[in-house]
Amino acid sequence: MTSLTVPARPDRDASLRPVPWQRMAWVTWRQHRVALAGTAALFGVAAVYLLITGLQIHHAYAAVAACHPAGKGICQQAANNFLSTYAPGVGPVLGLLQVIPALIGAFVAVPVLARELETGTFRYAWTQGFGRARWAIAKLTPLAVAVTAAAGAFSMLVSWYVQPLWGAGDNNGPLYPTIFDLRGVALAAWTLAAFATGALAGILVRRVIPAMFATLAACGGLAFATGAFLRGHYAAPLTSTNPDVNTHGAWVISQVWSRGGSPASLDMIRQTLHAIDVQALTPGLFQPGPATPPSIDPLHYLVQHGYTLLTTYQPASRFWAFQWIEGGWLLALSVLLIASTVWLVRRRAV
Amino acid sequence: MNILEASRLGKCYGRTWALRECTLAVPAGHVAALVGPNGAGKTTLLNLAVGLTAPTAGKVTVLGGEPAGSPAALDGIGFVAQNTPLYKNLSVTDMVHLTRNLNRRFDQRYARARLSELGIPLARKAGELSGGQQAQLALTLALARRPRLLVLDEPMAMLDPLARHDFMATVMTAMADEGVSVVLSSHVLAELERVADYLILMSRGKVQVAGEVEALLACHLLLSGPAAEADRYAEGLNVVHARRGRAQAHLLVRTNGTTDPVPLGWEAHRVSLEELTLAYLREPGAAALPGPESARYAAATEETK
Repeated sequence: MTSLTVPARPDRDASLRPVPWQRMAWVTWRQHRVALAGTAALFGVAAVYLLITGLQIHHAYAAVAACHPAGKGICQQAANNFLSTYAPGVGPVLGLLQVIPALIGAFVAVPVLARELETGTFRYAWTQGFGRARWAIAKLTPLAVAVTAAAGAFSMLVSWYVQPLWGAGDNNGPLYPTIFDLRGVALAAWTLAAFATGALAGILVRRVIPAMFATLAACGGLAFATGAFLRGHYAAPLTSTNPDVNTHGAWVISQVWSRGGSPASLDMIRQTLHAIDVQALTPGLFQPGPATPPSIDPLHYLVQHGYTLLTTYQPASRFWAFQWIEGGWLLALSVLLIASTVWLVRRRAV
Repeated sequence: MNILEASRLGKCYGRTWALRECTLAVPAGHVAALVGPNGAGKTTLLNLAVGLTAPTAGKVTVLGGEPAGSPAALDGIGFVAQNTPLYKNLSVTDMVHLTRNLNRRFDQRYARARLSELGIPLARKAGELSGGQQAQLALTLALARRPRLLVLDEPMAMLDPLARHDFMATVMTAMADEGVSVVLSSHVLAELERVADYLILMSRGKVQVAGEVEALLACHLLLSGPAAEADRYAEGLNVVHARRGRAQAHLLVRTNGTTDPVPLGWEAHRVSLEELTLAYLREPGAAALPGPESARYAAATEETK
């Protein structure tokens, strides 16, 4: 074997300058470009679908919007027809879009650390001159920014997509659970939080597939808990005992009947309404029978008979306040999770 | 300058000590062989030295006092881990480019020339290279960083004899041309005997022997004589390991360098590195060291505290 001379080593530098951050740009791009392409494809496919169906919806809505006078007679009929045609299709689409943040967390963020630990390549990566904590920061930060920005752009498309339904008077307003976290800053914030969860799961679980499942479960659980238990408390909900309170577009948290200071059961309501041949299917849904006098509104009938309807709701006007609250705590959580991840990388516990 | 120093170094995983009370001082300019059975703590010691793992007890410094894992230490150490982990889906060119981006210094020309000399195709994915080629690639990447210390963990475990020879030739060339200090571990002594001039013997998480090979060989003797007299004779000696046959006994003893005359009927032989190693490995309790070097070091560090 011929010898190949290794050039003379420079003397020890007095000031050891760290490897510049921008050198990691190529590394991160080269190692995660497939994940980024997958993210782009995921958003791309969803965007194309929203664009195609959205254009149809907007086209159909143009006729409704042009009708004059709006909200009366034939125009109301046209709006109702429009809603009954398109609203049932939009619901499942919005439901499906909910999984996007969790998917990004599982497929983009988890492998950043879990794959290194699973394949043993962390022994290579973390013994290079760049330094392991800086390496983790230089990988996680640009990826987090990229997926968050993509989600932010996508959420604008979602807003455009659902606009006609509200224009036509759809009752599910902007605070409705399946649309709230797809618009404004929420989708970007949820995507960032899911990414941070995936990164942390990667270093805690150390195996790609189990960490992916952990991420999906954690993101799903957090989103559910937020919608079910947390979001309603961002501000004290409004209450009203007026049976005609306008809750259009608002997020109605509860509507409870009471009589004489104690809650009224469905049986009590049924008994009262029996007199006018109205069936109470639920405390809020009444079906008039053939003998019901047309001039009687069951709601008012109950109020006249000593019942009180207590409506608890969040008005639609609180949308942006709620968006910033949710975006704020999700951002804080994400920073905390990513900082914990970097700390775990740095801790040298391997 | 000591290229690797450990002072009462320990690492505990759960309740098991993988390494305990390890005090070492390996001077620069050696090829130091870290030998011991599987589970002796070799990988743990190396992981501590390259900063992958933080110690539970004690401390470890490299390159003349740099804390392991510090920026200066990372910068000056080329490490090839066990099973030579590489990104299997990256091409050889990408691995070169990756390593260049992750380090302050990287000799691209050296890396290219070395890879073409080895006949490693640049466009091929690292995972599709043979085991020998992967090991050579990992070694080339480590050397192209122009380290002052090269740390190799079981570098030859997966290699066939020819690949082992080529691998060690690359290491020895770098050592000769560049003065790189080398610490390499193996559970097979035979492959290190030709190249190592410093020996660290480990078993059960402890360092048993550490010293320059020449000095170690000079202060050990193999005494052979009648088995009946062995016990009486051994009393005055520092016996590392005794092997008794029916008629003959063989005592591997540590001397202080001076050769006392042997009694009638006994013969003294110089020991080979393999005999020495095996004797100590068979007697894990016979921790006849730390030798003078490391003892002095330990005393020095106590004073500086």
